[in-house]
Amino acid sequence: MGRTHVDAVIVGAGWAGSIMAKELTEAGLSVIMLERGPERTTPVEGAYPESIDELRGAVRKRLFQNLSQSTVTIRNTMDQTALPYRQLAAFLPGEGVGGAGLHWSGVHFRVAPEDLRLRSSVIERYGEKFIPEGMNLQDYGVTYEELEPFFDKAEKVFGTSGEAYKVQGKIVGNGNVFSPDRSDNFPLPAMKDTFSASIFRDAAKNAGYHPYALPAANASRQYTNTYGCQMGPCNFCGYCSGYDCYLYSKASPNVNILPALRQDPGFTLIPNAHVLRVDLDSTKTKATGVTYLDTKTRKETSLSADLVILGAFQFNNVHLMLVSGIGKPYDPVSNTGTVGRNFVYQTITSSRVWLPSSTYTNQFVGAGGAGVAIDDFNSMNFDHGPLGFVGGSPVWVNQAGVKPIAAAIGAGGGGTPRWGSAYKNALINTYKHSLGIDAHGSNMAYRDVYLDLDPTWKDVYGQPLLRMTFTWKDNDIRMNQYVVSRIEPIARAMGATKMNLVHLNAGQPFDTRNYQTTHLGGGAIMGDNPQTSALNRYLQSWDVSNVFVIGSNAFPQGMGYNPTGMVAALAYWAAHHIRTTYLKSPGPLVKA
Amino acid sequence: MKWPLVIACFLGMGLTAEATAQDSDKAIVEKGRYLAAASDCAACHSVHGKPEYSGGVSFSLPMGKIYSTNITPDPDHGIGRYTEAQFGQALRQGIRRDGSTLYPAMPFPSYARLTDSDIHALFVYFRDGVKAVPVSAPRNEIPWPLSIRWPLTFWRWAFAPTPHKAITSTAGEFTDPLLARGAYLVEGPAHCGACHSPRAITMQEKALIAHDGSLYLAGGAPVDGWTPPSLRQENRTGLGRWSEEDIVSFLRTGRSNPGSVFGSMTSAVLHGTQKLTDNDLHAIAHYLKSLPPADRTQTPWTYDPTITDQLHKADLSSRGARIYVDRCAACHRTDGKGYPAVFPPLAGNSVMMQSDPVSLVHIVQKGASLPAMTAAPSSITMPAFSHKLTDQQIADVVTFIRHAWGNNASPVSAEDVRQFSKTMPPPDMADDAVSLN
Repeated sequence: MGRTHVDAVIVGAGWAGSIMAKELTEAGLSVIMLERGPERTTPVEGAYPESIDELRGAVRKRLFQNLSQSTVTIRNTMDQTALPYRQLAAFLPGEGVGGAGLHWSGVHFRVAPEDLRLRSSVIERYGEKFIPEGMNLQDYGVTYEELEPFFDKAEKVFGTSGEAYKVQGKIVGNGNVFSPDRSDNFPLPAMKDTFSASIFRDAAKNAGYHPYALPAANASRQYTNTYGCQMGPCNFCGYCSGYDCYLYSKASPNVNILPALRQDPGFTLIPNAHVLRVDLDSTKTKATGVTYLDTKTRKETSLSADLVILGAFQFNNVHLMLVSGIGKPYDPVSNTGTVGRNFVYQTITSSRVWLPSSTYTNQFVGAGGAGVAIDDFNSMNFDHGPLGFVGGSPVWVNQAGVKPIAAAIGAGGGGTPRWGSAYKNALINTYKHSLGIDAHGSNMAYRDVYLDLDPTWKDVYGQPLLRMTFTWKDNDIRMNQYVVSRIEPIARAMGATKMNLVHLNAGQPFDTRNYQTTHLGGGAIMGDNPQTSALNRYLQSWDVSNVFVIGSNAFPQGMGYNPTGMVAALAYWAAHHIRTTYLKSPGPLVKA
Repeated sequence: MKWPLVIACFLGMGLTAEATAQDSDKAIVEKGRYLAAASDCAACHSVHGKPEYSGGVSFSLPMGKIYSTNITPDPDHGIGRYTEAQFGQALRQGIRRDGSTLYPAMPFPSYARLTDSDIHALFVYFRDGVKAVPVSAPRNEIPWPLSIRWPLTFWRWAFAPTPHKAITSTAGEFTDPLLARGAYLVEGPAHCGACHSPRAITMQEKALIAHDGSLYLAGGAPVDGWTPPSLRQENRTGLGRWSEEDIVSFLRTGRSNPGSVFGSMTSAVLHGTQKLTDNDLHAIAHYLKSLPPADRTQTPWTYDPTITDQLHKADLSSRGARIYVDRCAACHRTDGKGYPAVFPPLAGNSVMMQSDPVSLVHIVQKGASLPAMTAAPSSITMPAFSHKLTDQQIADVVTFIRHAWGNNASPVSAEDVRQFSKTMPPPDMADDAVSLN
């Protein structure tokens, strides 16, 4: 029996996969999208009030990867033996239709233009010697001006709320003064400041900084997007990150793209389909399709396709490339090969500030994407010269809504009793009168921080697990310490009665036990040199030209901003070039 | 493709006689397809997941259960042996090929108004545009002697108009072409009166057209647990405060500023009205807006902020207020205004103010979901509350909604809710005719 043939097969039903599927079906292609996890729709699983059950949601990780089937192994340094990540903690990959795009919080940034050419920018300003030994600092190979139309397109699909600073060269509002020019305004006005955000705004402004409303893919009012999909308005219920928004107000593939896509007869979505490998021809330069396992029946199926899009989560894309033999695996010893290279994260610490008991911050109120930030210490917006590190952090009050169980576990914060009336008083005081301030920083790539296949551990399907070799490096620790030191005066100006300022310490290794962020990046990065990047500037594999790999795996460095906006823009960017160039003449879009 | 467009394309081509004939047939098939949507044939003759128009939809009548028939062109199981004259007779007069009379679940008193040219297009479509399916619908489950069909003939003689009379009366009602088109669609193919007009004890609609008087479309008896509201201009319980644009949006997408579709009407929008042209939807809306209220005693609804002010001061003393705030306000807001076209307003919503609260209670009990429509693909959902709230709580919250914001409709008791539970329709999730995404 012949294999089913489609024009394009897409791995993963998150933002990257859904955007690509929409674009390719619009181009007239037949598309099958394979999703490892279950079907998820707002009217069924996302319905109120079951969807906001914190025990099922955040505690039992309803929307997240089932680590009993497959996981990663982790070690800090190359001389250690990696062990499997058996309990979700530091990062939370999603599973099921919508992927991470269903459980994300909704902070929807563009990019700091200089982050796209960070190597060039650092060299121009501080000289090549400024780059520490062992740091693989690289440019993306694409500019903000090239991506701008796709940022704009994504915002209109996501129903993004925000306040612009500059539109078509004209200053139009109180947006982020460091943000680049925009071709159009946000489709929705900014989310309202929570009380916590508003006092941060005032304090930051008085300190001479430049506060702005976080761009949020939480709809500030009802919205109908480019595809006719509807969003309800956010009511600050606080159930964003880790949940499927019952109000249809947090953008997700499930709310913003799939309703329209599912009506397209050229589109097929197959859930519970775990892709085992991309099938290559004997030359290893052309993909012939993919092989997946139906996780319900355990039956293997091969699909034939002209075009293969990897749109799975960052490290799953890298894993699939490694197990399929796409491109050359990275070797940190010889510093050669590209797949697994430049594995990056973000350097994030969350500090807490307590205000007088007459001031109510009401931590249960919140929205995942809403808040006030300053970019004065992000990207290249400040003088790194005397500080001697590369990178930076936005700083923000992003009151996303603390749920009851989380509040009870967090209680009074560092040092307060864990039981009894003192615990209860601290819990109540913290829930009502405190607020969090985050330093949401970049993370640079290093020669000995990378991804490869684990030599020992296998997943339930018999394939080697992906191995992460990751730890904090001095450059990023010092960056974090500097930015957190800048928070203190702002917190004092806000009227803090107590502070718990959290920063990384020198020599501190990466600890998988506490949640930090799910913003993993790199491992299959884009660039202009096939020796140092797995993908060209169109996210096309240098080695297998009918494979495109879409996601934060393409980021050469971890940026200070949340990655989803950049992933969406890169997906639309790649889709545009597939539609306008590749489909007319399949082959490498850039000559190696 | 909509048939006027097809005809326009055809007029622009027509190169050879042969091509013309073929294109003409295609145009007629498309015209028939369009009329089949306008007539909502699929709502009764198609079951989701089974071949189109192969029948098998069940109707529970007081005397037993009947099933819709296979109307595909299969000669043995469908209508493949019908001549055009026989087809017309079945549609317009309720007479089967064998001469017996159809159950008036088939709205032939409305279809009687279909013009010869539209009958022709429908005939061609059901002959050439629909795939023959060799399956028979299940046998009707009506016990003898009620299963004897000949008394239906007397019913037909007594209550169904002749096609000539029906066509001339509907055509003669309005001179304004938009109103005339609207009247034709509403009174004829769309057969709105089948549900929305009251019926006599002998089951005939008390009025079949606008000129029959103010009972026409004045609201019908419950169908499948839903009470069809008046489509006339009553201020509170009819379409008095709906604009023409609201009606068009409702029929095209199942959603509009004053309210969203639910219950049996969902299928009528899904299979029927969403496929109509802008012009025809405007004609329908224009015509409905022309029907004066049947109940002229209603004081116009005005927004009353008393309850809103109470809720904003955290005063939950009104009956049902606490449940409303906990369960409803997230989407419908404490001011009852909702987020129109996504989450419908409850303040001033005509469904909240019906004298019979059964539809409202059933929505609360079983929830409601908008299926994906072509022009509005989002499946917006309201969850079911029957397993979360007691009958008393549902009665309280429904009473709250019916009272608040100037709605001022009568209270509902726990006993009412208990009674309504017996006719509670299955959840939309169980109805595979509705695709939720």
